[in-house]
Amino acid sequence: MTAPRFTKDHEWVRLDGDLVTVGISDYAQSQLGDVVYVKLPEPGRRVERGKEAAVVESVKAASEVYAPVSGEVVEINSALAADPAKVNADAMGEGWFLKVRLADPSELDGLMDEAAYLRFVEEQP
Amino acid sequence: MRYLPLTEADRGAMLEAIGVASVDALFAEVPPAARLDGLLDLPRAQGEIEVERAIGGMAARNVAAGSAPFFVGAGAYRHHVPAAVDHLIQRGEFLTSYTPYQPEVSQGTLQYLFEFQTQVALLTGMEVANASLYDGATACAEAVMMANRVTGRKRAVLAGALHPHYREVCATYARFVGFELATPGPMPGEDEDLARLVDDGTSCVVVQSPDFWGELRDWSALARMCHDKGALLVVVVTEILSLGLVRPPGEMGADIVAAEGQSLGNALNFGGPYLGLFASRDKFVRHMPGRLVGETVDAEGRRGWALTLSTREQHIRRERATSNICTNSGLCALAFTIHLALLGEAGLVRLARLNHAAAVRLAERVERVHGVRLVNRTFFNELALRLPCPAAAVVEALAARGVLAGVPVSRLYPDRPELADLLLVAATETVTEGDIDRLAAGLAEALS
Amino acid sequence: MNDWSRALRVPADGSPALSEATFSGNRGLQIEEKLIFEQDAPGRCGVDLPEPPPFRARLGGLERQGPIGLPGLSEPQVVRHFTRLSQKNYAIDSGLYPLGSCSMKHNPRLNEKLARLPGLADIHPLQPLSTVPGALELIDTLAHWLKTLTGMPAVALSPAAGAHGELCGIMTVRAALEARGDPRRRVLVPESAHGTNPATAAACGYQVDAVPADPRGRVDRAALEAKLGPDVAALMLTNPNTCGLFEGEIIEIAAAVHRAGAFFYCDGANFNAIVGRVRPSDLGIDCMHLNLHKTFSTPHGGGGPGSGPVALAAALAPYAPLPWLVHGAHGIEAIEHKTGPAAAAIGRLKGFHGQMGMFVRALAYMMSHGSDGLRQVAEDAVLNANYLRAALGDNLSVPFPGPCMHEVLFDDRFLKDTGVTTLDFAKALIDEGFHPMTIYFPLIVHGAMLVEPTETESKAGLDEFAAVVKALAAAARAGDTARFRGAPALAPRRRLDETAAARKPVLRWRPAAG
Repeated sequence: MTAPRFTKDHEWVRLDGDLVTVGISDYAQSQLGDVVYVKLPEPGRRVERGKEAAVVESVKAASEVYAPVSGEVVEINSALAADPAKVNADAMGEGWFLKVRLADPSELDGLMDEAAYLRFVEEQP
Repeated sequence: MRYLPLTEADRGAMLEAIGVASVDALFAEVPPAARLDGLLDLPRAQGEIEVERAIGGMAARNVAAGSAPFFVGAGAYRHHVPAAVDHLIQRGEFLTSYTPYQPEVSQGTLQYLFEFQTQVALLTGMEVANASLYDGATACAEAVMMANRVTGRKRAVLAGALHPHYREVCATYARFVGFELATPGPMPGEDEDLARLVDDGTSCVVVQSPDFWGELRDWSALARMCHDKGALLVVVVTEILSLGLVRPPGEMGADIVAAEGQSLGNALNFGGPYLGLFASRDKFVRHMPGRLVGETVDAEGRRGWALTLSTREQHIRRERATSNICTNSGLCALAFTIHLALLGEAGLVRLARLNHAAAVRLAERVERVHGVRLVNRTFFNELALRLPCPAAAVVEALAARGVLAGVPVSRLYPDRPELADLLLVAATETVTEGDIDRLAAGLAEALS
Repeated sequence: MNDWSRALRVPADGSPALSEATFSGNRGLQIEEKLIFEQDAPGRCGVDLPEPPPFRARLGGLERQGPIGLPGLSEPQVVRHFTRLSQKNYAIDSGLYPLGSCSMKHNPRLNEKLARLPGLADIHPLQPLSTVPGALELIDTLAHWLKTLTGMPAVALSPAAGAHGELCGIMTVRAALEARGDPRRRVLVPESAHGTNPATAAACGYQVDAVPADPRGRVDRAALEAKLGPDVAALMLTNPNTCGLFEGEIIEIAAAVHRAGAFFYCDGANFNAIVGRVRPSDLGIDCMHLNLHKTFSTPHGGGGPGSGPVALAAALAPYAPLPWLVHGAHGIEAIEHKTGPAAAAIGRLKGFHGQMGMFVRALAYMMSHGSDGLRQVAEDAVLNANYLRAALGDNLSVPFPGPCMHEVLFDDRFLKDTGVTTLDFAKALIDEGFHPMTIYFPLIVHGAMLVEPTETESKAGLDEFAAVVKALAAAARAGDTARFRGAPALAPRRRLDETAAARKPVLRWRPAAG
């Protein structure tokens, strides 16, 4: 398992072979408040980098989660249906959203490492 | 002016506190070309006496349903509303309260809406209901749009026996929201073969029970055929009282129920405000339009209620909302809830039996009028009669003699001459033997 | 007196003392009331109905087989139940309801009396129109008032609420554009708009293009004009806008919209600020919905019913939804189908005629005020809001320069570094006996608080409100966070767990598994 890398939209990815696990960052979950529901795509669906892959809902807001990479969705975190609070409690671990079979490894190049992401978050208004 | 508390002294003091010389300064941003210097050409302020005289005069020119033998239905029904209902809904805490966005000070509204949602789910035999929509016709259109969302398809089949206003509202939404409708024509007295219109592109079939002609049907087989093709069954109910006696849509495989609740708690009101009921299955709840009240606890662990699943709605989701709906029909829903609480199981069943019994007596009586044929095999409290001549003229003639005989189908289907001899007549618990006699006598005379 | 004083003493952590726990859980007049389903006695009934004489059923064997599950209560129990529920509600009748863009004004009781006249309440929409000439006259009179107040030549009366009226308006725009063979794809909507605006545009198949606000809180005219093009169908603008400010450049904006071949839709939720002082037609507006349940006092009823008639310019009038009321050879006639002058109508948006019960109430309201009274309504509404702005502007933070119109917008900068949020501030207002203002709307300022007092608030009432708000603001700055975090402590319920309500929705009562 490689170290996580981050997008400007506060998603993280971890690479394991050709599978990429995707979630939202701890900063993102703290901004959302209590997560009440996560709408995940069907396994087998293809997602495209930069396009909506999932929706994460709090009581008073719904935010689109954009696919950081393109590929086929091979697994979704079905535990979130019964316990969406995992996203708040462990956004970087048990609160993962989906696993994508990575088609083009070069898509990972533009993503930030953790240090760069933390600096990016500090600069947020 | 009796509704304006500010005195001239108040206004002066307030302008001074604000630091302007006159209220005109507060309207300075209005472009001069758009400023109205004088009063618009409308009457000046009037006291209660004059307003009551004017509007009372308009009211007095209308024939109220209670003043004549009354058989008008076709989607809105005259029922007796117990006196307590109207007193309770006029309590200021119900009448003048707002949408319960601050639940701590809205538990009254939230609790009755939770009770309403439960009543609607129980009546329709469905799993979940919302806190009301504008009326039955818009609820029907919302049901079709929800079926489109759930199935990912864009073509709905509307039964010919669906109320024509409901068909027309669906058509308007279809044109502008962007979906298609298959709309077989009305076929009174015949069974429609709707299954043949269902294919892999169909999102739902919409049927009505009792249907526009008053006929009752078991939709279970159609439900199975829809489900086999991945489509949903939407059942519309325009006379909600029928569910006191008749098998509910939820027991016939319905996926969505869109209904008109006016019959309970609400007066005829010349067509509005009415009460849209909307119910479905738990698995579809996130696709439902309208407000939903959910149970929860407060910080002291006491049971309470709050609006929930709000991310479906426009104030949060904006252009991605399930619907643009904001307002519901709250006070009408309260009237429904109170009326049904007074009736309870025993009362609702008895009231439904009274309605059906009145319609049975009506049918037996008018079938004996020469030239009149009953179209229905079955009915609840409304039936279709075929006359030997255009029904509209008969209705006008009877109205002139003080009998409101029902709805000539040509009023709703003016372009279908083959339907012009059909008359819809409804009989509720408010109809007496004497009323039925006068209708029968009037028909006999008009047809002789 | 020592005992009473001890009971009134505020505990060290600053939250108001709660009364002693009672055996019943009730607190004086506040009763813990069960659901009706929890008060069932099988067979009990609150309505006496005769048993019908024997009859041969003609239900085709489709009788219900099992019980429905409805509870049985007597009339006294039902009256007590709903009376107790009502006592848990805040209402206009109880106090100031300063909700922005809602116009929570007094609901006159004359309106209720007249709406219940049998000649208006006990008439059916499909009885012969020859038997209801007074109803047609009433609707026509209301239409005349609305057309005169807006300056527009036509009005569509059937939409059941504001959002329904928006749908109606955008549908007529699309019909008009299609009729001229120029369909177009985009609708411009300010970022400050109410959510119904983009939801409506999207529902009608348009792409929504958001226009930012300028530093003065108005729509950014340069940005708006840059977005205009041959593919823009309409601009949807609220005026006065959701920041409570009049869009001063609205005539120029209307001209630009028209030059681009687009239509100008106005959301009329804030008409209370300008009624009788400005006519929308003079601003270049092509269609505008009115909220009878806002400007024209029909009661909010806990969330509805409403009524949202749409005033239409001549270019859009041919597309108005059915039914139409026209002046014919024999008086007022209804056109209920797409024939004659209504051949291009967009069809029906609702069953029957429209929200007649609300028409009666609104007309009674208009006739009571008259042209002079309605103009005074706008002036007093604007005066009241500016009075609050002057009273509170230094204690709270105002994002945009004034004056405001009928509502005043604050943001949460005054709460910076206090640990108190806009939500906390609102909940503390509840303990003080006031319904909170609108919060977190519009979205273009942080922690928005939108206050609309309306013209039916007295100066004394405004002074009371302002004093309390000032005291709360001072308490927040003094570090009294406990007052806010624990609020409301005195309402029928403390803060409700809305997270749990959304995670595990319980949307109906179910009997306990037996």
